[in-house]
Amino acid sequence: MSDRELRVSKIRNGTVIDHVTGGQALNVLSILGIDGSEGLGVSVVMNVPSDRLGRKDVVKVEDRELSQSEVDVISLIAPEASINIIREFDVVQKNRVDRPESVVGLLSCPNRNCITNEPEPVETDFTVVEEGVRCTYCGTIIREELADHIDPE
Amino acid sequence: MRQDHLISASQLSRADIEAVLDRAAEIDGDPAAWGDTHDRAVLGLCFFEPSTRTKMSFDTAIKRLGGTTTDMGSVDSSSVKKGESLADTVRVVEGYADALVLRHPSEGAAKLASEFVDVPVINAGDGAGQHPSQTLLDLYTIRENVGLDDLSIGIMGDLKYGRTVHSLAEALTNFDVRQHFISPESLQLPRGVRFDLHQSGAQVREHTELDGVLPDLDVLYVTRIQRERFPDETEYEKVAGEYQIDTETLNAAKDDLAVMHPLPRVDEIDPAVDATDHATYFEQAHNGVPVRMALLDSLLEADQ
Repeated sequence: MSDRELRVSKIRNGTVIDHVTGGQALNVLSILGIDGSEGLGVSVVMNVPSDRLGRKDVVKVEDRELSQSEVDVISLIAPEASINIIREFDVVQKNRVDRPESVVGLLSCPNRNCITNEPEPVETDFTVVEEGVRCTYCGTIIREELADHIDPE
Repeated sequence: MRQDHLISASQLSRADIEAVLDRAAEIDGDPAAWGDTHDRAVLGLCFFEPSTRTKMSFDTAIKRLGGTTTDMGSVDSSSVKKGESLADTVRVVEGYADALVLRHPSEGAAKLASEFVDVPVINAGDGAGQHPSQTLLDLYTIRENVGLDDLSIGIMGDLKYGRTVHSLAEALTNFDVRQHFISPESLQLPRGVRFDLHQSGAQVREHTELDGVLPDLDVLYVTRIQRERFPDETEYEKVAGEYQIDTETLNAAKDDLAVMHPLPRVDEIDPAVDATDHATYFEQAHNGVPVRMALLDSLLEADQ
């Protein structure tokens, strides 16, 4: 995409998450815990053409450099995502997301009878398995629609 | 046993299981010799749901090892009624006991408890999750009757919500066992248990009827189909009736088929079966004491 077609301007410092599966940008922000209240500049582009993905989303977060462990969780809903760390308008680091071993405190367990849905002082903890993620407390496997189980808190 | 807690059967290796069963056999041979093994040890009983066999057999087991129990009592008479969290309750009881036995209606409760205390936690049933100490006595009973290798076992009834089934199926993957699961389609094994069985490469077959597979079985493990799992009474009656066994059903079975049941039974095994050589369920219930003595002995020993 040339500069003339850019929908959102370049950022000076921060993180650009590119090649997000089309339609998942807002879920990416949920995963990162970014809802605007932090005061960070956030730009979201959704469903733009992509050679690799057909259509893709792009998320730009200004003045915050996201760590690899923070962004790896994104791989569960956007496995092709790439993470670009920007300093003074230049990409200083470019990484792909890797599947994490576990997802802690992000998802709520869909099993209503799971102890993590009781008012107990624990965070949810899911192990990433071949076919999805699995609650380490009750063993429930979430295979599809992972984003539906993102805990907004 | 190498573990600090007993939360799930999936944590048990063949060596872990055999160590407990061997010790249970030693205890069974001369129970009196173990009378002061854990003198003054206190076992905390935290039963958030009713229990007869599990609670009484743990109570007897620790007493026969020289110890005693402290009992939270029923939920209605405890601080749980006031809204106390499980995490707080177990941290309090930890101060009174050398090990905790926990039964709770929520899946994952025992794992949560184990994260908050330093004493061993034994999962005595967490919702529709696991019941691994029952599994150890089931395995002991199977070993005593037909051996634990080159075996065909049929597990029948409520496979979806039956915690004894989940633990038994996972533990059996350590042995050369062909597992046949017999249930209505609505009560088949949950996805998580299937995943574990698949991962372990277990030999598993699923059936909706007992007839075809019964003649091949060495063990038939029957569980209760609960009324509350069905939307209406008629549907329950229809389904439950198909998974009941009587002496006529067993005509097609091998002579030495062992019929087991974690109990309580309602009407899934006709009382006439009790008088046959197939009936193994009362022996199974009695085995709860030596097996739980062996389990407590190994956990308390490891914790010292």
